[in-house]
Amino acid sequence: MSLWADKHRPKDLLKVDYHKEQAENLKKLTQQGDFPHLLVYGPVGAGKKTRVMCLLKELYGPGVERLRMEQMTFTTPSNKKVEIMTVNSNYHIEVNPADVGIYDRIVIMDLIKTVAQSQQLDVNTQREFKVIVLTDVDELSKDAQHALRRTMEKYIGNCRLILCANSTSRVTAAIRSRCLSIRVPAPTNEEIISILQSTCKKEGLNLPTELALKIAEKSDRNLRKALLICEACKVEQYPFNINQEIPLPDWHVFINDMAKEIVKEQSIQKIATVRTNLYELIIHGIPNQLIFKTLLDELLKNCDVELKSKVVEHAAFYEHRMQHGNKHIFHFEAFIARFMCLYKKFIEDVTSGF
Amino acid sequence: MQAFLKSGKIAGNGDKKAGTSSGKPPKTKRAVPWVEKYRPKTVDEVVEQNEAVSVLQQCISGANFPNLLFYGPPGTGKTSTILAAARQLFGDIYRDRILELNASDERGIQIIRDKVKTFAQLTASGTRPDGKPCPPYKIIILDEADSMTHSAQAALRRTMEKESKTTRFCLICNYVSRIIDPLTSRCTKFRFKPLKLERISERLEFICKEENVKFDEESLKALVDTSGGDMRRAITCLQSCAKLRGSDDLIKIEDVYEVTGVVPSKWLDQFVAVCKKGDYDGLSNFLNTMMYEAYSGLQMLEQLNEIVVHSDLFNDKQKGFIGAKLGLVGYRLQDGGSEYLQLLDIGCTLMSAFKLI
Repeated sequence: MSLWADKHRPKDLLKVDYHKEQAENLKKLTQQGDFPHLLVYGPVGAGKKTRVMCLLKELYGPGVERLRMEQMTFTTPSNKKVEIMTVNSNYHIEVNPADVGIYDRIVIMDLIKTVAQSQQLDVNTQREFKVIVLTDVDELSKDAQHALRRTMEKYIGNCRLILCANSTSRVTAAIRSRCLSIRVPAPTNEEIISILQSTCKKEGLNLPTELALKIAEKSDRNLRKALLICEACKVEQYPFNINQEIPLPDWHVFINDMAKEIVKEQSIQKIATVRTNLYELIIHGIPNQLIFKTLLDELLKNCDVELKSKVVEHAAFYEHRMQHGNKHIFHFEAFIARFMCLYKKFIEDVTSGF
Repeated sequence: MQAFLKSGKIAGNGDKKAGTSSGKPPKTKRAVPWVEKYRPKTVDEVVEQNEAVSVLQQCISGANFPNLLFYGPPGTGKTSTILAAARQLFGDIYRDRILELNASDERGIQIIRDKVKTFAQLTASGTRPDGKPCPPYKIIILDEADSMTHSAQAALRRTMEKESKTTRFCLICNYVSRIIDPLTSRCTKFRFKPLKLERISERLEFICKEENVKFDEESLKALVDTSGGDMRRAITCLQSCAKLRGSDDLIKIEDVYEVTGVVPSKWLDQFVAVCKKGDYDGLSNFLNTMMYEAYSGLQMLEQLNEIVVHSDLFNDKQKGFIGAKLGLVGYRLQDGGSEYLQLLDIGCTLMSAFKLI
């Protein structure tokens, strides 16, 4: 039994539920028998991967759905062995080079060269190129992105790259200018609702519109998340009830509580207790950008406009710094301490005014 | 290694027009990206960049060939120029006479010591196999030289001088400041300027005609404007638009914007309007929606910069205030900061700028 999000994933470009015009354009692209490198970008759960898989199927037929996992090993110049998981079919290979951290450059260089240097034997029955799908391109190091540049041009004869990214800000201009960028915006709430309902119909369930709306609002316009919440609701209670509670994720509740604590008291002791909470979040693998954003949103609910802009300024500063360091906890704490400082001063100013 | 250069042979310096217009198909009818297809085949075809072209022309007609250092923004023809020059110099055997290394090749100090040095030490004869004369040296092209490590650059120094009898170097980079001084002083430096927009427009029209792409004036202009003087970007965008639309349809201005990733101006107007109101929740909601639409934060900043600089909404003091923050935020974004937070920061700055009169 698979999850609904996987089970009802559209398998054909013409069957996707939204961005239909884009899908048609993509189909046109494949019909010409040749296409440039692609850079597919959009927020999480917008359907980037779905579209890429549909595109590949359009190109190569159902063969691309027979996937196998493979472990590849690369050797760095300093003779260290780096292992990375790849998902292959006969026609394409999918890698997330960011998995190997600072060695991503080696993976990109070696992988593309090995794939690109082997030509397809029978050009008449097959496409003359293979496809390499690289995910999370925005996480790649600058070195790796540099390495991609010329490689992309050089081996365009027998390999095409499809790059997936969440945002293009971190992809260097050199790469962007070599790709056809395809923007995949998140589905709107209405689109999510209709998809939820059609999925439930396929499962033989009846989903009331009110509940669908509620789920859509909770899902942050992330289709996968919406489907998962919907499935969770079904497990919890069926037939669906309009008043059914959709719980916030635990980590969200946890951060909310933490924010409340911070606003309640500003002291060294408080920072110490907050630290344990932060560690709790980090060891549970909550992405630090998400923690930062949620925490900031919660904290700002208690500020007036002037204070808000000050806090945001510092948040932007510490968040940027966090990307450089290894220990995220320092930067979280620095931000929280700064916030306490600002907030305390703000409260003192307000109260002393009376 | 130079397999990507597969294209029609150049029959010497005379028929420079024939190279492009006849468009001899490569042996298999493989689709070549237009950037490669329309790369200049002779030095004379390189648009603008007069100094570099005139020096290279003299070299081709027999003068001594200095070590070269080309620098300038991407898409201005640095690689094209040297490749075209090499073809004209060496004719058919140019593949044996050049060694092209770029950032995708391993270029540590070890490679410089082994590969470059051994290649440099080979002697080159003054005649081609078919008896015609050709210059008795080889060219080593180090593309994207600014991403070479300092130690690798240092290892080049003496090699460059010692092998000057048989080898010329051509270093290509975007930022000359990242090349160590001892290397720059050994080379003749040429700065490649961003191309004039008219030149790009001419070239695009030429390609459109060659490839039978239907284009209206407006979208062509949009394409040229968004390129910012980068020929490669303009041509890639043109090809992408054409691919996306299929060959029959007219390419519309929306397609150009979609392919180049430009944020539609209504989003920017809305952004400024929200900031003007001083409504924080509005701003945060707006940014969330924008993130869902997957517009690029960096692109947004660039366009915002245009707006702020040319707008009458702000006085000079406000513009300075916003500009300082724009620079900072742009740096942080490129450095990996979260788009939402950084854009929020610039939004708050705009808000306080509106209050600051």
